Amino acid sequence: MNALVPADKKLPAGEAGVGEAQQYLTFTLGGEMFAIAILNIKEIIEYGSLTTVPMMPEFVRGVINLRGRVVPVIDLSVRFGRQASEATKRTCNVIIEVQAEDETIDIGIVVDAVSEVLEIPASEIEPAPAFGAKIRADFISGMGKVNGKFVIILGLEKVLSVDEMAMLSGVGAGVGGAQ
Amino acid sequence: MNLDDALQTFVVESHELLQAMEEALLDIEHSADPVESINAIFRAAHTIKGSAGLFGLDGIVAFTHVMESVLDKVRDGKVSIDDDMVALLLSCGDHIKALLGGLSGGQEHIDPDMASIGAALIERLSVYLGETAGKTVVTAGHHPKVESAAEPKVESMGGGFVETDNWHISLHFGIDVLRNGMDPLSFIRYLCTLGEIVGISTSFEAIPPAAEMDPESCYLKFEINFFSDADKATIEGAFEFVQDDCIIHILPPRSRIDDYLHLIQELPVEDMRLGEMLVRCGTLTQRELEQILVIQGANASGQVQQQSPIGEIVVEAGIVHAPVVEAALEKQKSVKDVKAQESRLIRVDSEKLDNLINLVGELVIAGASASLLSHRSADVQLQEATSNISRLVEEIRDGALQLRMVQIGETFKRFNRVVRDVSRELGKDIELQISGAETELDKTVVDKIGDPLMHLVRNAMDHGIESTELRQSRGKPVKGTLRLNAYHDSGSIVIEVSDDGGGLSRERILKKAIDKGLVSPTQSLSDQEIYMLIFEAGFSTADKVSNLSGRGVGMDVVRRNIEALRGTCELESQEGQGSTVRIRLPLTLAIIDGFQIGVGSATYVVPLDMVKECLEMSGEDRQKSREHNYLNLRGEVLPFVRLREHFREKGQAGPRENVVVVQYGSQKAGLVVDELMGEFQAVIKPLGALFGNLKGISGSTILGTGEVALILDVPSLIQQAASSESKMALVQA
Repeated sequence: MNALVPADKKLPAGEAGVGEAQQYLTFTLGGEMFAIAILNIKEIIEYGSLTTVPMMPEFVRGVINLRGRVVPVIDLSVRFGRQASEATKRTCNVIIEVQAEDETIDIGIVVDAVSEVLEIPASEIEPAPAFGAKIRADFISGMGKVNGKFVIILGLEKVLSVDEMAMLSGVGAGVGGAQ
Repeated sequence: MNLDDALQTFVVESHELLQAMEEALLDIEHSADPVESINAIFRAAHTIKGSAGLFGLDGIVAFTHVMESVLDKVRDGKVSIDDDMVALLLSCGDHIKALLGGLSGGQEHIDPDMASIGAALIERLSVYLGETAGKTVVTAGHHPKVESAAEPKVESMGGGFVETDNWHISLHFGIDVLRNGMDPLSFIRYLCTLGEIVGISTSFEAIPPAAEMDPESCYLKFEINFFSDADKATIEGAFEFVQDDCIIHILPPRSRIDDYLHLIQELPVEDMRLGEMLVRCGTLTQRELEQILVIQGANASGQVQQQSPIGEIVVEAGIVHAPVVEAALEKQKSVKDVKAQESRLIRVDSEKLDNLINLVGELVIAGASASLLSHRSADVQLQEATSNISRLVEEIRDGALQLRMVQIGETFKRFNRVVRDVSRELGKDIELQISGAETELDKTVVDKIGDPLMHLVRNAMDHGIESTELRQSRGKPVKGTLRLNAYHDSGSIVIEVSDDGGGLSRERILKKAIDKGLVSPTQSLSDQEIYMLIFEAGFSTADKVSNLSGRGVGMDVVRRNIEALRGTCELESQEGQGSTVRIRLPLTLAIIDGFQIGVGSATYVVPLDMVKECLEMSGEDRQKSREHNYLNLRGEVLPFVRLREHFREKGQAGPRENVVVVQYGSQKAGLVVDELMGEFQAVIKPLGALFGNLKGISGSTILGTGEVALILDVPSLIQQAASSESKMALVQA
């Protein structure tokens, strides 16, 4: 049973060393709290005008012009197999650097609201549950304990896997959603 | 001076020389007067050998030496050059290239495989050399992986030959030789490859007391008694790299005593000492020396009469041979040519060029947004100013893009060798015809088109052109023809690879495709569609797999490579007459003239070169388009694609719809859109890996408003529409 794995087991998120705290950006999405490691984040920008790309799965919201570069924007809710979230005043694009084969590309993710930057010590991170989080287990890199509550720490290399997303757009033009 | 740099330069230069050698070799086969080509080949081999000797690369020296000897015989007309020899020399060139490759990879020693290849080649070369040059060949042949073993022994003292048959070389190295990165020893070592050093005598006179000696200066002087069959130009060539700062005298065998006298007088060494050295290294006998000294004494008294012009003395003394003068003139000429070319061309780092083009791209976008704002402001003067700027920006854009354009001829020329080698391997007689070599296209495209072209050329030779017997029985000329052609056509460049071979067999392809399940037996296909099947993955109609092609991995790779460049392939064939593969590529990958169209809330850009005309869709056509997707364009049937439906745009079409008539190659089609928004300069921004599988969109661009617009990929859009329709037909059947 995965839940019985000792807490000090090395997790990808805690690789900086046991006891050493890493910084995470927390944000809300569909009322739930998520966190991502801050090292991958380039910037947070206002959710603005966006060009939709036809014949792409629904989780690809479109592309934006980021100072002369064209950056794709992913709707995380749809990627998690949930309803697309409505854009509000607090909706943001978080621009993230992703490693794809031999190049790094920028991808934006749409979140309902960004909250704060937290330090979570590696000892306060539990392994992902086998099920129950209602998102694919391999998307979760760990469960951080913050003020007695759990925050889902996302494993971006899976969530924003360029290979997988490109493949999905090839087979299921318009099918939308991951599983 | 960094020796590593020098070595790199040597490698680069040698590659250029080998390239020149290859071209000259291929030329020989066609030219009536091959003398110039043979000379060029000889020069290349000789220069490589000389430079390699400087770096102590004995493996290359030993190998090129044999090659040079053969070439020398050819040049003298003792051996005539034939096809076999050309083939052999080409392989020799490849071998040298491989040796150089190992060198630039930091590999000092030659591995055994390479050595055995070298040995085999040398053996084949030796056949041409016959008996006369046997001696040197054997030395080289026995030590193909020379490290130090082949270094001929230099005897410090030779036997005293009277009336010497040998050359005398007086070698006084300049003081800066070491500082210039030259190693005096390497010259002497190199000399050994030309003949035999009978005697050598070293002068240490110039070395100052230890306290004053500068270890970086060269104080050495040599007198060498040298036996060789080589002519003066060859021996002099050995010292080509140092002749500027050294004093070198080469006296031919049996020179007159007078010449030695001149030598002794001219050299800034005490006369007596030099005389003794000459005696010691065996050039002169004691008796001869005495004779010289007597003459010298006599001259000293009447020195005034001796002031004859230097040239006269030189010629009279026979120091300068006719070939030497010729070589010098030739060298002067080629140096001049190179200089002239250098002043016309500037080598620029391609990264700088890319930066410039990126900046121009940004300028185009910024300019578009400025002119958009000026139109909104309704200030006439401002509008005029921005339209002026726009025009200039457009010119700068064209100029910047022009910088990247290169002629395709260089790429085509490489295939001369390929066609020659492959036709030999296949036992077919094939001639390559090149036309349109001056057609220009983007450098990045040129770099990427080589491999697909190689595939097509090999395919055409292997599968296309029939064997000689078959050609004869079909009443065709025995010599097969392969043509490479390039030309510009409506904003794209077209490259054709055509052969006059057997063409494609419609039935065979169809049968194979049905066997493989690529098409269903009931499907009716046009000829064009059937031919295109060979571009499918895993398709090959060749009955047997040769090592050239036939495994069926070729053509789909070609298609994918071409499509990655936003190009397309088409195939034309007539059974028994031959076939033509036509590759169509965009001229540039950076900036295009676009035509903006609106569909629903989205804006798209169509490359302007493909737009033929625009028209409003009549109410009648809109009615009928519920049933079929074509309309009557002045009596022509024009199929169209409704972008709104194709892109699954939500909402209803507006009250008016327009048709943009696009043409790609021979295919014409209409795109039904809501709005026509006019011309626009589009800087192409790639969409990235995430959209790699997206068909119908080739990229994106940024509009004056800062929004992103997608660029339509017209060919794939049409193809997609066609295939979805035929799928629907299948479902219904």
